[in-house]
Amino acid sequence: MLMTFDIAIIGAGIIGSACAMRLSKEGFKVVVIEANEIAGGTTSTGMGHIVVMDDSEAQFALTNYSQKLWEKLAEEMPRDCEYETCGTIWVEADDEEMAEVRRKKDFYEKRNVKTEILDEKSLREAEPNLRENLIGGLLVPNDSVVYQLCATQFFLDKAMQNGAKLLTGKRVVEILENGVRLENGDLIKANKIINAAGFWSKDLMQDLRIVKRKGHLVITERYPNFVKHQLVELGYLKSAHSNDADSVAFNVQPRMTEQVLIGSSRQFGVDDKTIDYEIAKRMIKRALEYMPKLRKLSATRVWTGFRPATPDNLPYIGQHPKLENVYLATGHEGLGITTSLGTAEILTDEIIGRDSEIDSKVYSPSRFEKKEFARE
Amino acid sequence: MDKMQTDILIIGGGAAGMSAAMSVAENSNLRVLIVDDNPTLGGQIWRSEMGKIKSPEAKKLIEKIEQNEIEILNKAQVFAQNDEKSLLAETPNGAVQMHFEKLILANGARERFLPFPGWTLPNVFGAGGLQALVKSGLSVENKRIVVSGTGPLLLAVAEYLKSKGAIILLISEQTSRMKLLKFGLGLWRIPKKFFEAIKLQSKLQRTVYLTNSFVIKAEGKENLEAVNIVQNGKNRRVECDFLACGFHLVPNIELALMLGCEIMDGNVLVDKFQETTLENVFCVGEPTGIGGVELSLTEGKIAGLSAIDKKEKAKELFTQKEKLQRFANALNETFSLRDELQSLPNEETIVCRCEDVTFGKIKDFNSFREAKLQARCGMGSCQGKICGSATEFLFDWKNESVRPPIFPVKLENLVD
Repeated sequence: MLMTFDIAIIGAGIIGSACAMRLSKEGFKVVVIEANEIAGGTTSTGMGHIVVMDDSEAQFALTNYSQKLWEKLAEEMPRDCEYETCGTIWVEADDEEMAEVRRKKDFYEKRNVKTEILDEKSLREAEPNLRENLIGGLLVPNDSVVYQLCATQFFLDKAMQNGAKLLTGKRVVEILENGVRLENGDLIKANKIINAAGFWSKDLMQDLRIVKRKGHLVITERYPNFVKHQLVELGYLKSAHSNDADSVAFNVQPRMTEQVLIGSSRQFGVDDKTIDYEIAKRMIKRALEYMPKLRKLSATRVWTGFRPATPDNLPYIGQHPKLENVYLATGHEGLGITTSLGTAEILTDEIIGRDSEIDSKVYSPSRFEKKEFARE
Repeated sequence: MDKMQTDILIIGGGAAGMSAAMSVAENSNLRVLIVDDNPTLGGQIWRSEMGKIKSPEAKKLIEKIEQNEIEILNKAQVFAQNDEKSLLAETPNGAVQMHFEKLILANGARERFLPFPGWTLPNVFGAGGLQALVKSGLSVENKRIVVSGTGPLLLAVAEYLKSKGAIILLISEQTSRMKLLKFGLGLWRIPKKFFEAIKLQSKLQRTVYLTNSFVIKAEGKENLEAVNIVQNGKNRRVECDFLACGFHLVPNIELALMLGCEIMDGNVLVDKFQETTLENVFCVGEPTGIGGVELSLTEGKIAGLSAIDKKEKAKELFTQKEKLQRFANALNETFSLRDELQSLPNEETIVCRCEDVTFGKIKDFNSFREAKLQARCGMGSCQGKICGSATEFLFDWKNESVRPPIFPVKLENLVD
């Protein structure tokens, strides 16, 4: 290929595709290079939630900003993207968690995120299949779910309408000063390169701090109206942020297909994608504790995936600390679907050289060079 | 969770599985356990009718199995692997762990369905599917039925339905008269089969049997009303109540795939002793290649003997197996699908019934995985068992990735 692109994006997962959509709109000549199939990596194995998180200011800023971008884009998304504003209910199991609900509500309220406290009765009305004697919960009504595979395709379609090129089945093996080298030896010339290859970003940059965090998911057959909101236990963040032990948390999601998607588990240091029945069982048991009626539902599939995790649970978005022509958009752990749009926006701002709507320095990849970052 | 322990575990209680079980029982003192998803033994070919089996051959085999104290677990579907030496099955009473020393897979086959406009209308059945429904009580008396597709099963089904009072309007077979004749001439090599064929034909003497012919469309407002059949370029419309339609058979290889057995050309790869590429895992009958009941019985015997290390005795059956294998090859060649069938679906024709995915939605993808990821083709509760073999024929896609559970299983049975 003789032409020189302005930007080559490595990876056609949801992150790379969102970047392609956004940058091509600014008039850049973009090429997206995907080693396998569109959205075939971590994107395809996740839950597809768009959720505003409160675990840190940086995480909140990016998820909140992204959620609003999704809301706007949803107006033009085709039906097969299955975007649905079902809301999230953070379920409280005991009195101890009551304080946490209040804290959460205050956090969101101060930052203008709509919430609603549910008492025992209104929780049961909202979700009759939850077990009795749950204390209540916090409803975040603007959270949503999406079929992330079709959303990725939608992003790419928009990018291609803006003139972007898509190459699938082409593996990048080397990042060069003037482009990238493919496995077959071909050179794709580009002035700037964005590494958006999720966990595989590391294959092209050995020093990048990303580890695999394995997860399991289960999906059921169709059960209309079994669950109406995304349900997450309040202890979820404990699971999401415990940096060593294997953990499970109650997290179920309604799909537009009337199927129930059940998660979640987190494991470090596991490299193979085979199903680990012990942790899958723990995960399902946890779900049954909250929703005993799930017992009689039939599961059609169990599968695993790998979240690209960074040591501080924040993604890398921005210019590489040493390589001037290289940018990163990777390491989104379990929030890549939500934060794809925000990521694309702030990366575009950085490339153009304008300020972002949110403080984007906190996501800068230069932090993985720092000493305090050395722990893993 | 209940645990069962055995020496030789056999998955499938059809001809191949029962034959393997007897072969072990007659030549050793080892414990044998047959696991099957039906309420009674017999598999598809010898499916019982209101709890009773007609075939004298099958009856004899089942009697022998009962006399030999072979353990049987009915209504059990194997859905996952527990570890290298145990599998998990779902039964009406919960999940069961089955521990074994050696494993014989005899999962049988299912009908191949191919999409054409109208194939999802009510009263369009699989040929074997309709037969099974009638066996469990559906009445076809005075129903006008068209039988179409390909393979020897069409004749057997037509004859059966006729014996139950159905009016068989015609049988439409897609293969050519020439191929059939050539096959017929070869039948003398297998006298028993020849005899069966004559018997079938005599009962169906007055039934119209079209070759070079296939259904291109099924019509009806709410239910099936008529089918359009083409033969040698000529169309005809036939009003009917039911269409029984099947395109030969597809081997059930999902369990073998999940265990990690090597697959070749859609069949489980085995050596002469029926051993798969996994040590101590054998495979017999249709999953090793569609071959019919006699080949299944012989393969079962060989696998049983191999599993108990009586390989010399197993070798004595090799000549017989080769002969039957030649017949099977000729059969598969005779009923191989013609290319025109690939062009039957239109944009709106549903290919994946579980997820309502149309032909138009998937025709531009490059692989089954792409169609799965982007259009959910094969993501429904049958896990691509139906559309997988259809798209293999339509687009030459391979669907060789399976995810447990290979059958939908209650969540409580995954945790107990």
